[in-house]
Amino acid sequence: MTTLLALDTATDNCSVALWQAGQVLSRCELAPRRHGELLLPMVDAVLAEAQLGLGACDAIAFGCGPGSFTGLRIAAAVTQGLAFGADLPVLPVSDLAAMAEGAHAADDAPTAVGALLDARLEEVYAGWYVWQEGRMQPVLADALVAPAALQAPNAPPGGHWWGVGPGWAVYPEALAPLHGVVRPGRTDLLPEARHLLPQALAQWRAGVRLPAASALPVYLRDAVAWRS
Amino acid sequence: MHPEVKPDPAAPAPCVLGIETSCDETAVAIYRRGSGLLAHALFSQADLHAEFGGVVPELASRDHVRKLLPLLDTALRQAGLAPSQLDAIAYTAGPGLVGALLVGAATAVALGRSLQRPVVGVHHLEAHLLAPRLERQPPAYPFLALLVSGGHTMLVRVAGLGRYSVLGETLDDAAGEAFDKTARLLELPHASGAALAALAQQGDPQRYPLPRPLLGQQRLDFSFSGLKTAVRLTVEREAAQPGGAWRADLAASFQQAVVDVLVAKVRAALHASGLTRLVVAGGVGANVALRAALRAEAGREGWQLYYPRIEFCTDNGAMVALAGAERIAEAAPGAVIGVRARWPLSTLAPPAARPRD
Repeated sequence: MTTLLALDTATDNCSVALWQAGQVLSRCELAPRRHGELLLPMVDAVLAEAQLGLGACDAIAFGCGPGSFTGLRIAAAVTQGLAFGADLPVLPVSDLAAMAEGAHAADDAPTAVGALLDARLEEVYAGWYVWQEGRMQPVLADALVAPAALQAPNAPPGGHWWGVGPGWAVYPEALAPLHGVVRPGRTDLLPEARHLLPQALAQWRAGVRLPAASALPVYLRDAVAWRS
Repeated sequence: MHPEVKPDPAAPAPCVLGIETSCDETAVAIYRRGSGLLAHALFSQADLHAEFGGVVPELASRDHVRKLLPLLDTALRQAGLAPSQLDAIAYTAGPGLVGALLVGAATAVALGRSLQRPVVGVHHLEAHLLAPRLERQPPAYPFLALLVSGGHTMLVRVAGLGRYSVLGETLDDAAGEAFDKTARLLELPHASGAALAALAQQGDPQRYPLPRPLLGQQRLDFSFSGLKTAVRLTVEREAAQPGGAWRADLAASFQQAVVDVLVAKVRAALHASGLTRLVVAGGVGANVALRAALRAEAGREGWQLYYPRIEFCTDNGAMVALAGAERIAEAAPGAVIGVRARWPLSTLAPPAARPRD
């Protein structure tokens, strides 16, 4: 009976989820700049609701990015602290994958999703995912790209891409050429901890067991300092 | 669910983990009153930032999140302790770079949560002031503290733990910042204050008459930006001259000006406050010329001088663990990750047990 804790603070969403043998408990709040205040109380809340201690979990999954740099570090540092103290392995999950899972979990259950987050500085974080073997799997590696240079991979036969995430709304003009192959989906869709769970479970079942110190952000943007 | 920390005379003092990430040093230490320092581990990012001409906050934060747990592992191994043998967790909660502080705070609070141990957020400057108490002969209260680093220059009357009055502080640049900027003006290969001090040892401190800002004034405040300007003008004038000896002479003259100002203000503060014990803390406190000048003055005036060991002048985890141990009464189960970029030292109070959440 697998029990996984998941947490995510990559965007304005602050969220936590607990998977226990198919049952999901979760908390999510749109709370810009309040992640440090809300995250651990949310962890306490889902564990209390499940009447579990942290030590009863098998692993801690976290949204490793891309997203807000500070948000990614809060999730990573909290995951490190919790996992180190409770001697648990960690499972990093892409936040773009979590968005694709979130899109697929909706009523229309799209099977091909282009997830975009605004990366500022005239760029977007882009992930292209298709439904395969019970979860959303990447067609291309998550990438940082200028909207005008963004290209959609070939859509699955007979299908088309659904565009989700705020990235689509921020650069409508630069992204307009993609409208032939990408249909507009929810642009307010953000990553949530409960949508990390399918990816985390797949990693867990595949035998992934990373040590606490491996809970590190994947920023995608690495040019963040300039020589004076 | 969380055990309270109650003083029990029979029990050994609590074993306190200290975590420091306020700027460009990632540091971890373990301290227990009575046993002293059990472990300390530190990684300095100085080389990482050197090529950018100053600390890049985003790079600092990124490095903290990579280095912190490996350093914690190292410290636990040094001390021969399991994580469960830590009794409380102290972390620097401010002042400092917000993003950098957040890494230490988030890790500390989450670690406290999983180990079911209380946490305490420490004031970075209080930790510096207390650092000499890690040494064999700790200063008794009250004392005067000269806090001189890359971020701060202040004179503080320390009546006891949490009882601080700031007698004077810098109106512009910190002394350490002036050292760093002068090193950059002189285009030293390793543009750090320490490199400047090394160069100054070969120079003539009398060659360039540089200003001693606020030296003749009663007030105990400092100002170093005018000195920096004078250095820049001298560099612009001398750079056209052949030969390089002027660089060492300018470095020595600059250092002498800073030392003269610091010593004069210390003398005035001691006279005004009637104190005779002086604690010097912060990175510039490691400066050889400053130490020599203070030693000579202390001999004449009958002051007692206290320094942390050289490695604890700059940022470190040991002082944070110590400050946490001294404020153990305030340690409480924590769930909120909060830091303070600005946090005036004068707002601190003696430790008081906080209501538990």
